[in-house]
Amino acid sequence: MKGNPTVIDSEAINNNHTAKIKKYRKMITILLFLAPALIVYALYVIYPIITTFGYSLHDWNGISDKVFIGLTNYSRLLSDEVFWISLKNNIWVVIASVFVQIPLGLLMALLLFAPIKGIRLFNGIYFIPFLMSTVAVGMLWGLMFDPINGTINQLINLLGFENVAWLSQKNTAIFSVLLVIVWQFAPFYMILFKAGIVGIAEDMYEAAEIDGANYIQKFRKITLPLLIPTIVTSSILAIVGSLKSFDLFYIMTGGGPNHATEILGTYMYKQAFVNFNMGYGSSIAFVMFLIALVVVIIIQSLDAYRKKRGDSL
Amino acid sequence: MIVFTKRGLLYLLALVLLLFTGYPFVYMISTALKSQPEFYEAPFALFSSVNFENISAIFEMGLTKYFTNSVFITVISVFAVILFAAMASYPLSRMSFKLNRFIYTLFIAGMMLPIHATLIPIFKLTQTLGLYDNLWALLGPYIAFSLPISIFILTQFMRDIPVSLEEAAELDGASHFDKFWKVILPMVTPALMTVLIYNFIHLWNEFVFALVLISTPEKMTLPLGLQNFKGEFSVNIPGLMMALTLASIPVLLIYLFSQEKVTTGLAGGAVKE
Repeated sequence: MKGNPTVIDSEAINNNHTAKIKKYRKMITILLFLAPALIVYALYVIYPIITTFGYSLHDWNGISDKVFIGLTNYSRLLSDEVFWISLKNNIWVVIASVFVQIPLGLLMALLLFAPIKGIRLFNGIYFIPFLMSTVAVGMLWGLMFDPINGTINQLINLLGFENVAWLSQKNTAIFSVLLVIVWQFAPFYMILFKAGIVGIAEDMYEAAEIDGANYIQKFRKITLPLLIPTIVTSSILAIVGSLKSFDLFYIMTGGGPNHATEILGTYMYKQAFVNFNMGYGSSIAFVMFLIALVVVIIIQSLDAYRKKRGDSL
Repeated sequence: MIVFTKRGLLYLLALVLLLFTGYPFVYMISTALKSQPEFYEAPFALFSSVNFENISAIFEMGLTKYFTNSVFITVISVFAVILFAAMASYPLSRMSFKLNRFIYTLFIAGMMLPIHATLIPIFKLTQTLGLYDNLWALLGPYIAFSLPISIFILTQFMRDIPVSLEEAAELDGASHFDKFWKVILPMVTPALMTVLIYNFIHLWNEFVFALVLISTPEKMTLPLGLQNFKGEFSVNIPGLMMALTLASIPVLLIYLFSQEKVTTGLAGGAVKE
């Protein structure tokens, strides 16, 4: 073959050709596998986000022609009192999640490893709130908070207090809904922590016991430090999840009384689908997207920094 | 003695939490089994009467329609999501190509996305497609918003499959499609179950898209129908509680039969194996 350059050439071309065909085939294969998911995702997630931003630059009732008004909706938003109340309430959801729900989830998970009989039953029942639809949960707790026939009032009557109209008073409504959020989602964090605790090697505890450590010492020196990654994950989920909360507020209070329990989700819904201020509603929706984006970027860079430092905190 | 009090405290704590998490259910079921007069006579008495009359009232109100609607759209969406997510996960986890990382990140980012940011365009898109107030309107959003977590779980599992299995199939002349169906999918069956359960529970309970895209009662899914009940049933609290109880049964049954699968499935998105 050495002495025949034309053969080498044609073979090289041939090889090159088959490699190209192979590469082309591979691309087609990849594309075919990805296509169904990508098409649906592009149509129902990516396109809508871009379009939401477009709508937010218009004055539009959803039916007649859009009128371009630049960033007017956003400047209006900044001076809209209800928007700030909503944002504040979203932050309340974050606070309740991080400081009540996550610790409660941790406590429940720890109990599952305590020397108690019938732990499978406890485990099973602790988890049930998370399985119910938020609509059902909202309606059930709506009844429990009822001013006359509600369980909560019955309970405080026993303690000698007067009936309270929990969901229709400005200062109690938000905390009532927060209680239900904690009730419904604490089991989720219980499961996360349970998985985290299972992952801790048994011999660490055995070694600690030999050194004479008690429950509290073992928790502080072993369990808690090793659960830090789970706590970080949980907090991220809680912060991002709070932006998604809508159902419970919508069902239990509808954002009332007088916007006291309004959150970004309910306010956006009302502006867009009740008042048909589609342009203004879009600006709220896009701000929600931006907040989620900023939160994720901050968390990602903190995480990258943490990994660079190379320790567990 | 000290050991006893310690253990006693643990039991007490466990019981208080049990009451906190479990009591609302007991109350819901107990109320569902009362007649209206019985409820107003003794709203707090647990299981003071047990009659199932409310069930027929609920069915007359159209719960069956909501129920079948929910089953229909949930089952179709879940199977479509599993198929699409598994297909997409295959090249994303096992083939190298230029945009792999980018496309993967694009999908995963969807987990962090507030649904509200897409609501108005999806509403308009649904109208344009002529699907407004049609059960099929929910299919697109349900698949799209279930893809991120499903792809996240499935790619993790697919990455762990040894390359040698694929190579062996290649020697037998298997195409990518053969490998996907006959090698990869059977290997990730447990992950497929996880994805199935996760998505079933979430879509069964989904509310926002149904609220925005459906308006007539005959087309409503269960969560939306329950909300609709609330208006009509505002005085018949036991009836309402019966509706809530019945609506929760499918998910509770799944939970009863596969407790471990459900819990790991629901945590699956956050806990890396």
